[in-house]
Amino acid sequence: MENILYILLGLLAAAVLYAVYIYNSLVRKKAHADNGWSQIDVQLKRRYDLIPNLVETVKAYATHEREIFERIAALRSASLAAATIEETAPLQNQLTGALKSLLAVSENYPDLKANRNFLALQEELASTENKIAFARQYYNDAVKEYNIAIAVFPNNLISGKLGYGPRPLWAVDDASERNAVDVSFR
Amino acid sequence: MASFNKLIDHNKHMSILLFGVMAVLFAFFGASLGAYWGGDWLTGVIIAVAVAGLYFFISWRFGASIILASSGAKEISHEEAPQLWNTVEELSIAGGMPMPKVYLIEDEAMNAFATGRDPQHAAVAITRGLLDKLNREELQGVMAHEMSHVRNYDIRFSMLMAVMVGSIVLLADVVRRSIFYSSLGGRRRSRDSRGGGQAQAVLAIVAVILSIVAPLLASLIQLAVSRQREYLADASAVELTRNPAGLISALKKLTADTTELKGASQGMQHLYIVNPLLKKKKGKDSLFSTHPALSSRIERLEGLMGASA
Repeated sequence: MENILYILLGLLAAAVLYAVYIYNSLVRKKAHADNGWSQIDVQLKRRYDLIPNLVETVKAYATHEREIFERIAALRSASLAAATIEETAPLQNQLTGALKSLLAVSENYPDLKANRNFLALQEELASTENKIAFARQYYNDAVKEYNIAIAVFPNNLISGKLGYGPRPLWAVDDASERNAVDVSFR
Repeated sequence: MASFNKLIDHNKHMSILLFGVMAVLFAFFGASLGAYWGGDWLTGVIIAVAVAGLYFFISWRFGASIILASSGAKEISHEEAPQLWNTVEELSIAGGMPMPKVYLIEDEAMNAFATGRDPQHAAVAITRGLLDKLNREELQGVMAHEMSHVRNYDIRFSMLMAVMVGSIVLLADVVRRSIFYSSLGGRRRSRDSRGGGQAQAVLAIVAVILSIVAPLLASLIQLAVSRQREYLADASAVELTRNPAGLISALKKLTADTTELKGASQGMQHLYIVNPLLKKKKGKDSLFSTHPALSSRIERLEGLMGASA
């Protein structure tokens, strides 16, 4: 009788230890995903900061391209207001497209293209677009790991109760946007 | 990415083989020196390990700075070369690693290298010539290759390997000289009785032959591993950038380059993206080259491009 009691106690202890192990690994994976998300956020922030300077510089040379300036300004404030990934991602993709057309327009103004300030801004923007793409790549890898971890058995027995739900990937709806704003000269 | 995993596996096997062979050679030299001088092989091994340990510590602590200083590289900030700096920062985001220090070598030759003991203490360097001649996409490919050396811990591995090969060369030299001199200049080991004489002579001959062959063998293995690691770094560069085209076209530009890098030396040639010593850069793969022929590297990258498309 006593033996059975010990066996049951042992099994209980093992189960508790295993649950702790699962919990810790979930916490770790969630932290990786959060970190990936904040990296995207940093780069998006940088892009918001660059946009006014870029628009001002282009405006000085290309006064009548009003339509594009207005679209960029509207998209910028809309994506600043958006909070969740589902809201942000499509707006960001549209913003990328709008910036691409701004740079395409600037091709028509030789003086602008030779402006040092513009060239510097263009390089910073190209780099920021790359960083956003790479940060997404990193975020999506981390989220994939996390989503698998909460869904597999037996992790799914406790993940739901602890409030660890699946997270959305940052989808690129247009495959060509990986190479967005490819503005290399030299 | 089957071909990518195969490269990593091959690399691991080579590394284990390398350290195994080196350790055996090392122990043998230590033992034969000990046996020859004091009759105690264990002391020999211990002294050999201590020497290698000191050598290792110095390289670990100061190796990267010595390499950077002797190549004439200067650390730069974002303002001095924005595109270069940005590219490196982009790649450290892609790889989820800390940003390495960025160095520029004022030389018209086209080359680049990475060094440091781990990703937290890494540095990447590029020559002015290469920086000027590449476009953004190609620059990204080249820096991704260097960042892959950092991410794969190649920089640490090649340093350890240089230390091991260096210690073997040193020890082999001591063995050869001590046996040579003592056989010319009378009996160093006078307390020895006649019984051990013959075994001793055999040991001495083996030691002399090994001390000639071993350094050569050690460097050959070092070179073979270095060649494999170049392939791996090319492949992981593509994994980081998801774009083989940049690195391919950069390597094609490097093929056409004919300028010799002034700050480069024999001892550092394996660090660079292409061999900086021009005489060795041309031609096909050989046992004595640190890098695979550029044509083979381009070929393999084009294979990766085919696999991912």
